[in-house]
Amino acid sequence: MLNRISTYLYLRPKLVLALLLLPPLIWFLVVYIGSLITLLINSFFSLDSFTGQIVREFTLKTYAKLFDKANLEIFGRTTLMAAVVTIACALLAFPLSYYMARFASPRVKTFLYLAVTLPLWSSYVVRVYSWKLILAQEGIVSWFANLTQLDGILAWYLKLPVVGGSSLAISYTGVFLVFVYIWLPYMIIPIQTALERVPKSLIEASGDLGAKPPQTFWNVILPLAFPGVIAGSIFTFSLTLGDFIVPQLFGKSAYTIGRAVLTFQGTSNNIPLAAAFTMGPILIMMVYLLIARRLGAFDAL
Amino acid sequence: MSEKTAIEFKNVSRIFSVAHKDISGEVRAVDDVSLKIEDGEFFSLLGPSGSGKTTSLRMIAGFDRPTSGQILLYGQDVSNLPPYERDVNTVFQDYALFPHMTVGDNIAYGLMIKKVAKDERNQRVDETLDLVRLTGFADRKPSQLSGGQRQRVALARALINHPKVLLLDEPLGALDLKLRQQMQVELKAIQQRVGITFIFVTHDQEEALTMSDRIAVFNAGKIEQVGSPAEIYEHPQTQFVAGFVGVSNLISGDVAKRITGSEEKFTIRPEKIHLTGADEKAAGDMYFANGKVRDVIYLGLYTRYLVELEGGGDLVVVEQNLKSTSMDVMKAKGQQTRLSWKKEHINRLGG
Repeated sequence: MLNRISTYLYLRPKLVLALLLLPPLIWFLVVYIGSLITLLINSFFSLDSFTGQIVREFTLKTYAKLFDKANLEIFGRTTLMAAVVTIACALLAFPLSYYMARFASPRVKTFLYLAVTLPLWSSYVVRVYSWKLILAQEGIVSWFANLTQLDGILAWYLKLPVVGGSSLAISYTGVFLVFVYIWLPYMIIPIQTALERVPKSLIEASGDLGAKPPQTFWNVILPLAFPGVIAGSIFTFSLTLGDFIVPQLFGKSAYTIGRAVLTFQGTSNNIPLAAAFTMGPILIMMVYLLIARRLGAFDAL
Repeated sequence: MSEKTAIEFKNVSRIFSVAHKDISGEVRAVDDVSLKIEDGEFFSLLGPSGSGKTTSLRMIAGFDRPTSGQILLYGQDVSNLPPYERDVNTVFQDYALFPHMTVGDNIAYGLMIKKVAKDERNQRVDETLDLVRLTGFADRKPSQLSGGQRQRVALARALINHPKVLLLDEPLGALDLKLRQQMQVELKAIQQRVGITFIFVTHDQEEALTMSDRIAVFNAGKIEQVGSPAEIYEHPQTQFVAGFVGVSNLISGDVAKRITGSEEKFTIRPEKIHLTGADEKAAGDMYFANGKVRDVIYLGLYTRYLVELEGGGDLVVVEQNLKSTSMDVMKAKGQQTRLSWKKEHINRLGG
């Protein structure tokens, strides 16, 4: 019986392919595309401010609200944070990835792989809260600053506009540090993979043709690793854009996109506005990918 | 050929330390090698894999450094110079073309690094593309080219810099036989045109014989013999060279004594042996041996016979099928035969 089924399927490779692809396709269509379309439809509805009921009629009113000054500030603030976090992640990840890909012995590489991914094994919330202990007023950083007589510098830093705050645990600096911490593995792995795929002979060829190591880096290594940087930055950028926990725990009162969406759909039941807000990051990511393509990020693929 | 020496190895050794689970120790990849390569030569480093030929090439390029000894490039000690400070260029085995650049940018890379003006760069790229017969390919990407075309781009990228010495690391290895033979002829022609010293690494003895002015035969980290293709083929100085370059019959001991009257080892090429029709009148100039044809292999252009000698040992004999058909040659199988060859065709190995 099994034999006959095997033979039947063996002779019909297209049927096998269809059977294999059916479950992921259904999942993709219903869950991914379906939820996106629901979002899109909802974003064209509006909330009756008098009754608090959702009016299921096509309107652009909700989108118009996005252009309120306060809402534009939310987009600007979140995008800026995502950009700064992404750049910091890339700067931190590149040297480590480079070391892992080109110099580390197999044993050291395995160890580093584990070390980089180990934090992902534990809960996100727990790890974020542990940063509270590090950054809080009576936390490890303050303790260390007192110990090393650097508390003056810390106090001076916290008085600075924008980056400062009542303590590191409630400041943009805190938000930034925690974001960089939690998203860093998502940047290291793709860059490391991209660097690993650069053949050693290309680096030798560049030197052979007269390029000093920094020239080889700019002309050969970086362009070839760039798709990895872009892949990593898609993670760090979009994850930062949508996150609502870190800004809630470490941020001041000012909203970010994630917090705004949470509030609109949860507290104020304004699902149309929440939906319209969510279209923001999608649009921002599209623009980001277009720019990345312009920069030649996908040329070497 | 001028008298200048392009590359000189002075007692060069490269020792790799090996640390593995159960073995640890050292590998003498290149073992006390001394060698002179003259200006303008097409010089081949020939040997089996692991014989030290590629390591030698990498030390000339600067990718590797000698553990001891000196490497001179036109009299200058370059042993410890990085690749970018040596006036040599390499054609890599895997071509190593930059995948994110066009063919033109790949070829112009060395000039771009040297900050040559764009106009001159473009002009020289076009000239070099003409030289390797890839005119009009400047705007393609390496991924759009065939293996043979990539090979030419790699060659152009190295040649455009007018290096003092061009290094080629088994560059034809990945090509099919027809293309390889065509490229052999072409490479030799290009070398003669540009007059640059070519150092060519290969494990293919036919390739080395076809193109080289001189050949160094490597074995186990040492050079067994240096000489012109004819010298290497006709007068191999060691048993290894005799066996590695072409096919040789090695005869020693009692069998040698029966044939030549001396126990001295010697080699004889299969094509120098006559299978039948021994000219007994010219006996003074000839050696003779009796045997039985054990196997006949018909190969179109020629036939290979395996002859079992009286007194032990096998000889390979090759004869061209000038007048015989496959039917004719097969009749020899199992027959007794009297082999003969000219005395001057044997190559004594001594001891």
